[in-house]
Amino acid sequence: MGERLLMKGNEVIAEAALRAGCRHYFGYPITPQTEVAHYMAKKMEQLGGTFVQAESEVAAINMVYGAASCGVRAMTSSSSPGISLKQEGISYSAGAELPMVIIDIVRCGPGLGGILPAQCDYFQMVKGGGHGDYSLPVLAPCSVQEMYELVVEAFNIADRYRNPVVIMGDGYLGQMMEAVTFRDEEPIYKADKSEWATTGSELKRDHHTVTSIYIEADVLEAHNNKLQRKYAEIKKNETRVEEFNCEGADVIVTAYGTVARIVKNVIKDAEKEGIKVGLIRPITLWPFPSESFEKYAGKCNDFLCVEMSAGQMIEDVKLAVNGRSAVHFYGRTGGNVPSQPEILEQIRRIMAEK
Amino acid sequence: MQEIILAGFGGQGILSMGKFIAMSGLEENKNVSWLPSYGPEMRGGTANCNVIVAEEEVGSPIINKATAIIVMNQPSLEKFEDYLLPGGIAIIDSSLVPVMPKRADVSVYAIPATEMAYEMGNATFAGVILLGKLIEVTGVVSRESFEKALYKILPPKRHGMIPDEMKALEAGAKY
Repeated sequence: MGERLLMKGNEVIAEAALRAGCRHYFGYPITPQTEVAHYMAKKMEQLGGTFVQAESEVAAINMVYGAASCGVRAMTSSSSPGISLKQEGISYSAGAELPMVIIDIVRCGPGLGGILPAQCDYFQMVKGGGHGDYSLPVLAPCSVQEMYELVVEAFNIADRYRNPVVIMGDGYLGQMMEAVTFRDEEPIYKADKSEWATTGSELKRDHHTVTSIYIEADVLEAHNNKLQRKYAEIKKNETRVEEFNCEGADVIVTAYGTVARIVKNVIKDAEKEGIKVGLIRPITLWPFPSESFEKYAGKCNDFLCVEMSAGQMIEDVKLAVNGRSAVHFYGRTGGNVPSQPEILEQIRRIMAEK
Repeated sequence: MQEIILAGFGGQGILSMGKFIAMSGLEENKNVSWLPSYGPEMRGGTANCNVIVAEEEVGSPIINKATAIIVMNQPSLEKFEDYLLPGGIAIIDSSLVPVMPKRADVSVYAIPATEMAYEMGNATFAGVILLGKLIEVTGVVSRESFEKALYKILPPKRHGMIPDEMKALEAGAKY
């Protein structure tokens, strides 16, 4: 293990991608993720890779499509409104089964909204902001160290399943600095892409086609069925979650990203008042860690979902809890972050109603 | 655990001051977090950052109750005074902040840091002077770690200034 370094979340994303072997980055600046592009611009040339500040987000995602088609590790990053622009390309990439990593450092919306942190892109990333029946693994780090580890993991998952993978963090995670320790060597999954990547046939083999167009119904349905089988496989193998203090908890709070860390402080505050609070922190938002909720549903009577949104993840929480316990919600929007006292107050209210 | 809010105008070096403390904490193998304000208020308005230095794991990087605040303008004092824990420490650049805290349950250190910095011939030392007092009264990090952090953060062309920065730190500690 190397030295502990003090780095910004956004810079760590870029460094992690480079360590994971990403040598092709295409992006367009937008707060609060611009440092990803800054870092890439600085480092990529030294490493002999390709950095392009594209003319738009639409161009950037299609450049990633092109690079990924050639079998190289490629990435783009943006923030909410920019991700909206990329959605067509993301859907095409999912359809064409292209491994790539897409970073969304979420700011508050809708529309141009503001630049402050938010989690209001949950529906967009988890439920599919683009068209068609597709799913993307969505990884949600809660610290700078985890950001590093999950970016490396994202490239591996992308290559293992030939699928775009998303890292979703709120603006604070991109902007904050924490200690990070990099491994000497990254655990890189080496995929054999020789069967599909468009690397040039030199007329020695049949040409490869990377496409998402299937005009005939049965052909497209077969393709869709294949995708669904792949998604089932991802669900089985790649679900990640942190459960903390849940056994015998009076209330189980669920939150991801920065909010989960605030909840960890709340757990200590509540303990002083004799209330046992648990935390389920989804690390993958898709696949959603439903099993963790199923395990405690009916045993713990009250779940509290806290988000920097008007209530998006709560839908998946309710599906998993399936009516066996009450599911409460607390959220803030507009760049406001649910505070420690606010969350504690929600817990007190739930306890008073028991 | 020390939870410190640093606040002032954009351009005073508030975010760098926070970074110096976080880096010094890292030098001591502590857990640290540095969270900047990055909202639209930075443009010509106020800038602030939340710095946590702890032996234990840092939970929320967002400070709810501060053990100390450093303020370099009046609006920042008004905004962050209430964040202080009872018994907390307020370090104030009295060259720039005419009205002192209303609270009686906190320790106030008013230092004319900007004037002192001008006298030392470098206005940018104001922040380091205030950090000198912070280190002196909270012991959040040692001066040795602070010096090491300066060497790590500042670009080599500015390393020549570090002995003077350390003198400014000392002046703040002694004031």
